[in-house]
Amino acid sequence: MHRADKNISLVLMGLAIYFMWHAKELPIGWVPSDGPGGGAFPFWLSVILFFSALGVFLSALRASKQKANIPFFEPETVSSVTKVSIAIFVTVAIMATLGTYVALLLFLFWYLRIFGKHSLKLTAIITLITPVFVFFFFEVTLKILLPKGITEPLFFPLYNLFF
Amino acid sequence: METLGLLLDGFSTSLSLFNIMIVVAGVTAGLFIGAMPGLGSVNGVAIVLPLTFLVPPESAIILLAAIYYGAMYGGAVSSILLGIPGASTAVATTFDGRPMAQQGKAGLALITSAVASFVGGTVSVILFTVFAVPLADVALAFGPAEEFALVLLAFTTFVGLGNDNVYKTMVMIMLGLVLSTVGLDLISGQPRLIFFDLPGFYSGISFLVLAIGVYGVGEVLYTIETSNKNTEVTNARITFAELGAGLRELVKLWKTMTLGSLIGFFVGMLPAAGATPASLMAYGMAKSSSKKPESFGKGNIEGVAAPETANNAASTGSLLPMLTLGIPGSPTTALLLGGMVIWGLVPGPMLFIEQPDFVWGLISSLYTANFASVIINIALIPLFVWALRMPTTVLCALVLVLCIIGGFAPSQKMHDVWLIVAFGGAGYILRKADYPLAPLVLAIVLGPLMEKSFRQTLIAEQGNIFAFFERPLSGTFMCLALLFFLLPLIKYARQSRLKHTPITSS
Repeated sequence: MHRADKNISLVLMGLAIYFMWHAKELPIGWVPSDGPGGGAFPFWLSVILFFSALGVFLSALRASKQKANIPFFEPETVSSVTKVSIAIFVTVAIMATLGTYVALLLFLFWYLRIFGKHSLKLTAIITLITPVFVFFFFEVTLKILLPKGITEPLFFPLYNLFF
Repeated sequence: METLGLLLDGFSTSLSLFNIMIVVAGVTAGLFIGAMPGLGSVNGVAIVLPLTFLVPPESAIILLAAIYYGAMYGGAVSSILLGIPGASTAVATTFDGRPMAQQGKAGLALITSAVASFVGGTVSVILFTVFAVPLADVALAFGPAEEFALVLLAFTTFVGLGNDNVYKTMVMIMLGLVLSTVGLDLISGQPRLIFFDLPGFYSGISFLVLAIGVYGVGEVLYTIETSNKNTEVTNARITFAELGAGLRELVKLWKTMTLGSLIGFFVGMLPAAGATPASLMAYGMAKSSSKKPESFGKGNIEGVAAPETANNAASTGSLLPMLTLGIPGSPTTALLLGGMVIWGLVPGPMLFIEQPDFVWGLISSLYTANFASVIINIALIPLFVWALRMPTTVLCALVLVLCIIGGFAPSQKMHDVWLIVAFGGAGYILRKADYPLAPLVLAIVLGPLMEKSFRQTLIAEQGNIFAFFERPLSGTFMCLALLFFLLPLIKYARQSRLKHTPITSS
């Protein structure tokens, strides 16, 4: 836990420096007759962010000398959380190229059948009904077109039918 | 008297057939969201917000408020039947609710929680109605200096009163505020913090993207981790005889419930406090004022009634500063505020003058939502028992789909979907490392207001930084903010003195 605390605070400190570097593209000081410049707010807040993260780091450093270390992740957790994270990542990547519906079908099938170990019947029902619901709710009712990538032409007949 | 007239006008809005349907739909959805372990009102509102574009703005807000309300009722269901709080706000309900269920009194416990929630909700909605107009009148005198001071005060309450590590709380506030400045500078219009030159950052980072990320995707990742354990759903059957017995039992608890409602309402108004500490406080009060404190934790009905009145009262309490001052009292109300801004309804005192129909429609809808919640809650108990048996993997898969599609819908940019994924991962890790999420969400919602009011004041006062202290109202807020900010230091000093005293005396 202390090691995780230290690592996270180091990342946050790095992030704060990155924010500062970005913020100083605009004036960060006092602009006469105009008050604080456009970069001042993000810059000085990032400075406070840096020192707060430093505080976390220092207290973790002090605590790690005194108390026993509790592991941050349990091995089981890491594997299931990593798997789901990768699945989400791949799904979003597929959304833009192969289209939302292909992504949804693959994601739901993987999640329910392979990750969740559900019966084929339940998997099939949810995997097929969800995209249909999504289509009617978002595209037909709300008129929000979801990305379809290369599968776009397949939807032309549906567009003709509903729009 | 004037308030009563306005409220009656409000009912003419909220009692239209369409709005009653909206309330019933929202409350039912909220009840289920709240009942699911892991999902609470804030997750529900974050995930459902993008879907509310379906209805006109006024009804959308009523829908979200109804979900918020229903989720508060629903949280108790899984506390009692599973022994896992449906949301953090229902933690205190597990203390006596779970033992009652194990003794075969699950039905009575559920009725108690529903009726207690109703009492808490009703008392607090009445208090809300009474306080709304005077508070909005005070807020009319606010200029940018007061606005800035009040936002600062809201953040310092997290530092002074929050139970989390002070440094970690500060990190989250600053992170939220910096992320809120991404995009175009409010005053000069120049682009700033355009990370990696991605055009998507020009329009800023929407609070909704952050909220769906941390409360949707992040929450699912967190649930995957904690749901490995097997749980057992206790069956509950409700008979009319039990309902009658429960009501008779509850009449005797009027003192506990009144106290719980009052604690809930006032504690709920504070940004750092909210429903969870309010319900724990009410539980503690009920226990210490009871004649049989030893029976608490072993299935005492009072131990269910007290926290449930308080957490519902707190949810209404946190709406009060959001609607009248434009400063939300909880992450859920922060999301409601963000939603209202999207629809062009800016909360604050001017809303009471410019849009009285909407404001009073919303307030009166709280009465109907309360009424609908208690009835639907009791009627749907068998359905909850069934729904709680639903495997978490099915729930998680559907929530993730909603997060991804719902995250795309408002802006229709893949950029936002990627951000949601990134925030989900980061939010999960930060939450696991005990960083509080509430200040982060509050900060990204309030950040633009904070910066605007700060810079407006300084421009108007020709850079006189003491302007914030010179006006009486903003001066008071600033001093209070300073006090809250220094509170951890004072606590620390006292603790170390206590630690040192015995050593020097021996």
